[in-house]
Amino acid sequence: MARALWKGNEALAEAAIRAGVDAFFGYPITPQTELLEYMARRMPELGRVFLQAESEIAAINMVYGAACAGARAMTSSSSPGISLMQEGLSYIACSEAPCVVVDIMRGGPGLGNIQPSQADYFQLTRSAGHGDFHPLVLAPATLQEAVDLMYASFDLAFKYRTIVIIAGDGALGQMMEPVEMPPMRPPAPDRPDWAVFGAKGRPPRAITSLYLDAEELEQVNQRLQAKLKVIAANEQRWECHLTEDAEYLVVAFGTVARIAKSAVRAARAAGVRAGLFRPISLWPYPSEALSKLIGQMRGVLVVEMNAGQMLEDVRMAVCGRTPLRFLGRMGGVIPMPDEIAAEIVHMARTHQRGNGHGAQRLLQFKE
Amino acid sequence: MTTLSLEAPLREVSAPPQMEIVYAPPAALADVPMHYCPGCSHGAIHRLIAEVVDELAIRERTLCVAPVGCAVFAYKYFNFDSCEAAHGRAPAMATGLKRVLPDRIIFTYQGDGDLASIGANEILHASLRGEPISVIFVNNAVYGMTGGQMAPTTLVGMKTTSSPLGRDPLTQGRPIHITEMLATIPGVAYAVRRSMHSAAEIRKTKKAIRLAFQAQLQGLGLSIVEVLAACPTNWRLTPIEALDFIRDRMLPEYPIGDFKVDERLREKG
Repeated sequence: MARALWKGNEALAEAAIRAGVDAFFGYPITPQTELLEYMARRMPELGRVFLQAESEIAAINMVYGAACAGARAMTSSSSPGISLMQEGLSYIACSEAPCVVVDIMRGGPGLGNIQPSQADYFQLTRSAGHGDFHPLVLAPATLQEAVDLMYASFDLAFKYRTIVIIAGDGALGQMMEPVEMPPMRPPAPDRPDWAVFGAKGRPPRAITSLYLDAEELEQVNQRLQAKLKVIAANEQRWECHLTEDAEYLVVAFGTVARIAKSAVRAARAAGVRAGLFRPISLWPYPSEALSKLIGQMRGVLVVEMNAGQMLEDVRMAVCGRTPLRFLGRMGGVIPMPDEIAAEIVHMARTHQRGNGHGAQRLLQFKE
Repeated sequence: MTTLSLEAPLREVSAPPQMEIVYAPPAALADVPMHYCPGCSHGAIHRLIAEVVDELAIRERTLCVAPVGCAVFAYKYFNFDSCEAAHGRAPAMATGLKRVLPDRIIFTYQGDGDLASIGANEILHASLRGEPISVIFVNNAVYGMTGGQMAPTTLVGMKTTSSPLGRDPLTQGRPIHITEMLATIPGVAYAVRRSMHSAAEIRKTKKAIRLAFQAQLQGLGLSIVEVLAACPTNWRLTPIEALDFIRDRMLPEYPIGDFKVDERLREKG
């Protein structure tokens, strides 16, 4: 299929449709709303379910219901809406109902603003709800990648009976880029053997997240954790850019990573052998791949649109083996390529002068 | 350990006469002990639902969405598919189920804390959409499972563990009449209140549950049956006193009645 110009939110919606989404439940919130609006037009014309819920709380519980019936169900929202969905996500995680959630992150905390942000990294990867669980979190950096990940998301969700979150930001949702859409998939085959849809010719099934007996709930948790281990082993995704001969490594994801690519090239033009490590799966974090790269690095720079959240994962992978620096912009400010390039060059020069040895300047905010 | 002797003479029994079965547990009710307190109405309401499901022959395509509250284990007591919702979210979960399973019969089973307090928004908007689901709303005027706290349906002056001096309307408001409220919404096809305080009223409750399911089968919109139920444990009453409490104290505040009955249902019913 030929490439066409798509807006991020609409491209994600169309990719979900082509992946065979049966039901979409959502609530308007900037900068995600075009995804919902696109679904409102397209889903009914395909005879599929679109429903604008009364709140994000209701939307995620509708997803929960549809997912329990074995349907390919999804919702989309932005940071404050995801906060409201955390209750439902926790229930869904325990019930192992597969579903897909798109988060087009905006500036926070609180009402914040509608500019791009990555400040919900912890929320998505560490605390998507109460209790012990992690959704599978995928962070595209381009619209083509967003479409491809969206297209794969339902298969992942059903394979592991897990929540898959596509983690974008306001920039990705609003920008336009050429995209090659994948083909339309046929409707889902038979309903899965764990789903509830009427106990015809079989014993009744119940989908629940309630286990009053402590031993029993521990066993449920052990089963969930065993599944997360399998996901962690199988589903780490990342991209390395110009890392083969690199001495200085930038680690960034999503929108920041595509900006960092320009910065890495600029730093190379200034004589610094820089490279980029871009995690695509934020949970599971591609720690081993990053760890392997660290041996050859004289310094690592983490760049994020937050106060240093993925930084924690990088710190664990680096494990004190090389100096670590952080550049963070917050409140919806997008770091510029020259800003990141200057930081890379500064890191290299500081290191060459011998001033930076051992000292880890972890927080470096733009004054 | 007891050893049975094989030589022991068998007790002589005559073949049972041909008897007509006049009473048996409904097939839609699981054959397990329930956890409810003595005098609690939940078990009887479960049975009424199961009898209706059997009579309508819809067991294999019925799904229950269980609440958070004393009936949290409702899914263990029904012999059909079910889901367990988050507190108050049953109408949203039922919406998700019904939208992808439009030919199945979906009902929620909710208490007054679940439906009238934390889930007020979900039931309101499911009603506004005319979601063709049935709602069994069990009103016993207290939060049962957490130990008898004040609910939005608690009577004025009624003492609970969180209104120890009695519900004060000046600071804690007056009881909410959810079913009358929902009856004003065009999407609602059937909205009635019934009670469990006597055998005659229990029979009427069953008839109402049947009509609520009938409304769903006919695709008329949302149907809700509010059932006034006894909670002897949290009311600090005996089971018999609790039934009298419904009759003497609850009924004046929550009159039994039909607040909305879709004409098309009346024709059938």
